[in-house]
Amino acid sequence: MTDKNNQELWRWTESNWANPDINFKKAKYITAGIDVGSVSSQAVVMADGEMLAYGNMRTGSDSPNSARNALNFALKELGADESIINYCIGTGYGRVNVPMADRTLTEIACHARGANYIYGSEVRTVLDVGGQDIKAIKCDEKGKVSNFLMNDKCAAGTGRGMEVFSDLVGVSINEVGDRSLDVEKEPEPVSSTCVVYAKTEATGLLRAGWSTEQVLAAYCRAMAGRIFELIEKIGIEKGFAVTGGMAKNRGVMERLMPMVKLDFMKTKWDTQLAGAAGAALFGNALCKKGKGRKK
Amino acid sequence: MFANYGYKDASGDYFITIDTDKCDGCEDCVTACSLGIFEVLDEDPNDPMRDEPVAIVKNDKKKKLKYECNPCKPKDNVAPLPCVASCKNQAISHSW
Repeated sequence: MTDKNNQELWRWTESNWANPDINFKKAKYITAGIDVGSVSSQAVVMADGEMLAYGNMRTGSDSPNSARNALNFALKELGADESIINYCIGTGYGRVNVPMADRTLTEIACHARGANYIYGSEVRTVLDVGGQDIKAIKCDEKGKVSNFLMNDKCAAGTGRGMEVFSDLVGVSINEVGDRSLDVEKEPEPVSSTCVVYAKTEATGLLRAGWSTEQVLAAYCRAMAGRIFELIEKIGIEKGFAVTGGMAKNRGVMERLMPMVKLDFMKTKWDTQLAGAAGAALFGNALCKKGKGRKK
Repeated sequence: MFANYGYKDASGDYFITIDTDKCDGCEDCVTACSLGIFEVLDEDPNDPMRDEPVAIVKNDKKKKLKYECNPCKPKDNVAPLPCVASCKNQAISHSW
């Protein structure tokens, strides 16, 4: 077998980071947020509500280990261990299986709060396109949710669908977006939004002689349409931010933008961190409120 | 906060919306619904800073509303849905 056949094209880059400007030993509360999603796990460590370190990894088949690995990945960069953490909140699909969590919160609350931190307080509409669900959230200037809608029943329009397509056409997940924009004429979107049927349809298109770029364009366009249907339901307000891995896919985002008719907000942070960042911030808020860990 | 529980699939929209600002956690909807869709929690899982109890749609039900709520689907001249009628604060609404 050649190397190309062995490549896992859907595999995205894992990362970790620590803030060299913060001396965590002086912090009053060090809180951690761990977001164990269906595809990726993030751990964010905050010192008094400021980003101290993070780790972003792929979720394995067992949630407790994924949570622990992500946290250790973040702490490794910091050169510390779990004992520095005053309070830890678990969120995401695997939240019931985060062994070191003091409590759990739904990803809705965490994503809104996290987007508020990552993108700034102007955020009003948060769209989270995760591994296997889409969340549309409206929030106020403090990141408090005022309206939310989540579709976690169907994988259409989610990151998992994109992984399936990257594998199908043999293009690395990091290049899918750019390659899909490399078409002369925008093709019709694939008609079915169901990942399984869309893949069948795309296989047919490839056999009919469509180029890889055209097939990717057709799928990205279908995904953008599917995502838009959902956010349209709760209404779109200025201050539009996208979180989750899909925010890194230009192919979907640039097709979504004309539908939304708003500029998307930009951030220096990794968009996948929103959930974990929100959880860590709630940890800090709860500690301040005196609802922290009982000693 | 408008909490929309449910989903959208190729056959339509199936959402129950609870306005948590109006909900006082009285549990009237829990008793009114013969299918056990609702439950009242002491803390809102979607708003950790809220201290009052709140009604939510049970986790194992929210992905099956199309079927779970079947007995209460609209027919001509159907009475108000039991959950909607039971809520004195008018916090519950539906997408159907």
